[in-house]
Amino acid sequence: MLSFLLRRLAQAVLVMLVVGMGAFSLFQYVGDPVSNMVGQDATPAQREQLHADLGLDRPAPVQFARFVGHALSGDFGLSLRQGREVSVLIAERLPATLELAIVAALIAMGAGIPLGVYTALRRRHWDAKLTMAVSLLGVSLPTFLIGIVLIEVFSVLLGWLPSFGRGTTVQLGAWSTGLLTADGWRHIVLPAATLAVYQLTLVMRLVRAEMLEALRSDYVKFARARGLPDRVVHFGHALRNTLVPVLTISGLQLGGLIAFSIITETVFAWPGMGSLFIQAVQFPDVPVMAAYLCLIALVFVVINLIVDLLYAVVDPRLRVQAAIGGARR
Amino acid sequence: MKERARPTEPRTSATPVLPLRWRRWFASDLWVDFVHSPLTVLAAAIALACVCGALFAPWLAPHDPFDLATLDLGDSHLPPAWMADGRATYPLGTDDQGRDILSGLLYGARISLTVGLCSVGLSVLIGVTAGLLAGFVGGVVDAALMRLCDVMLSFPPILIALLVDGIGRLIFPQARDVLAIAVLIFALTFTDWVRYARTVRGSTLVERHKEYVQAARLVGVSRWRLLRRHVLPNVLGPVLVLATIQVGQAIITEATLSFLGVGVPPTNPSLGTLIRIGNDFLYAGEWWITLFPGAALVLIAMSVNLLGDWLRDALNPRLK
Repeated sequence: MLSFLLRRLAQAVLVMLVVGMGAFSLFQYVGDPVSNMVGQDATPAQREQLHADLGLDRPAPVQFARFVGHALSGDFGLSLRQGREVSVLIAERLPATLELAIVAALIAMGAGIPLGVYTALRRRHWDAKLTMAVSLLGVSLPTFLIGIVLIEVFSVLLGWLPSFGRGTTVQLGAWSTGLLTADGWRHIVLPAATLAVYQLTLVMRLVRAEMLEALRSDYVKFARARGLPDRVVHFGHALRNTLVPVLTISGLQLGGLIAFSIITETVFAWPGMGSLFIQAVQFPDVPVMAAYLCLIALVFVVINLIVDLLYAVVDPRLRVQAAIGGARR
Repeated sequence: MKERARPTEPRTSATPVLPLRWRRWFASDLWVDFVHSPLTVLAAAIALACVCGALFAPWLAPHDPFDLATLDLGDSHLPPAWMADGRATYPLGTDDQGRDILSGLLYGARISLTVGLCSVGLSVLIGVTAGLLAGFVGGVVDAALMRLCDVMLSFPPILIALLVDGIGRLIFPQARDVLAIAVLIFALTFTDWVRYARTVRGSTLVERHKEYVQAARLVGVSRWRLLRRHVLPNVLGPVLVLATIQVGQAIITEATLSFLGVGVPPTNPSLGTLIRIGNDFLYAGEWWITLFPGAALVLIAMSVNLLGDWLRDALNPRLK
């Protein structure tokens, strides 16, 4: 168990180092920070001086070590576009994105699991088949198109919900939240629903597939043979055993939600990290890109790590496998 | 199950005149399965229509959207022909520059399909080669490749594509039309190839220990020929399924990047770019600029996904 844990941890650190190297090479090969900082009429001597002051004349490994050191303390320098600390910019935007992702995840789980159970239990009926066909549409529809259609229907045609921004936010210390005001909730409905659609279909199809598998299994047959009521068999036996993979995938998808929010935030002008990143890509604003890249990588690595560990805790078979050969899943 | 390249024109019955290869195809389980699934036939028909529409765009389109001389700003913002202000010359209306939406669609589908097919083709080529090598050679090559796959597959494809595209644009700041499309194809390929590599590596590991491979090796077949003629044909089944589904995915990713403004430039719009242009006019009530390209995109993606789903089930003997 301990070796499994250590290996996973080492892998996570390796991934972060690779991503860090990618971000570092962005700085190395794209743009010259010196010409950004000094004016047009700086003398070559001044340039040299600044070059040395910034430590740019040292060998690349030394610079990389410095970069990692700074990155660990959350320092990615100044944004080229806005001239402000990148860490401050991201800290401002982080709450918006996280709130969006969490509300979307709740929608996806809250609707996906019941729908999956329903379609599995009634798989021969037309309503379940229709739901499955519609869910295929959900997978095929690009996120941004769903957003546009929702805006067209609920904002333009019906005028029920606002289509951009976060609405009124409340400041809780450093965290600005839109979830404490009715206006904030009105603003989050459309973007969160847009973001949730893909995850919802995924959760639903997964629950359905796992349920069908479980319903065929011997322990369910045995439970039926014992004369247990359907409700107990379906929810106490079948659903319970499907929840491990469902929770895993949902956990992994939380990172996906944060990444996919790039698209949703663009469609709904949501002031989160995703729109910050898109602006950085278009500008090109290297420090912001690098910081976002490292942050997202960190989120993914941490989520993967937690899911792997939870898996080992939940499923005793994996602990044995991990001890034998470190096989994944 | 062995299966041959799909014939270009569907026929309903096999006549004895046909060459053996074709007769075998029409008698195959796959073809029978295909004919008996109406939804799949419909999806194939739609996909074929989209491909033809894109292929013959210059002849089918009523206008040339790239010929600036034919554009008339007086014709801009026209609704589709069946609405009050619509004109028959512009069946689906016009955008803000007076470009015909239908023609834009046909030309846009061309770029979307080109990007989708090229990136999937390249990914298959690179991924299958890498997977074969990793599975067959093993050792350090295998370990390094699989760790790389682990890392790449733990990030969503759109993020990697966005990043590669962003870096590509940094390196070629003056990227215009063709170069921008090349960067886009590269970004999608870079994102995608690991999926094929991992699949092929898995099946290669299984195949290499089978008797026919051992036999071929004993006869003295060279390593390269062994891979190409013996192992490769037997690992291609899953790749075919994956590639079909990935075409739809690549088209959507391309549209998304273009929508975000980092894909195909507006001078040579793909479906995603058209949707992006139209998005600005949604509040003016001009839904047709956005929704027709959107519908076309969904139609293509849906039909390809349906084909992929069917192929996966049809090639999976466990589901029979």
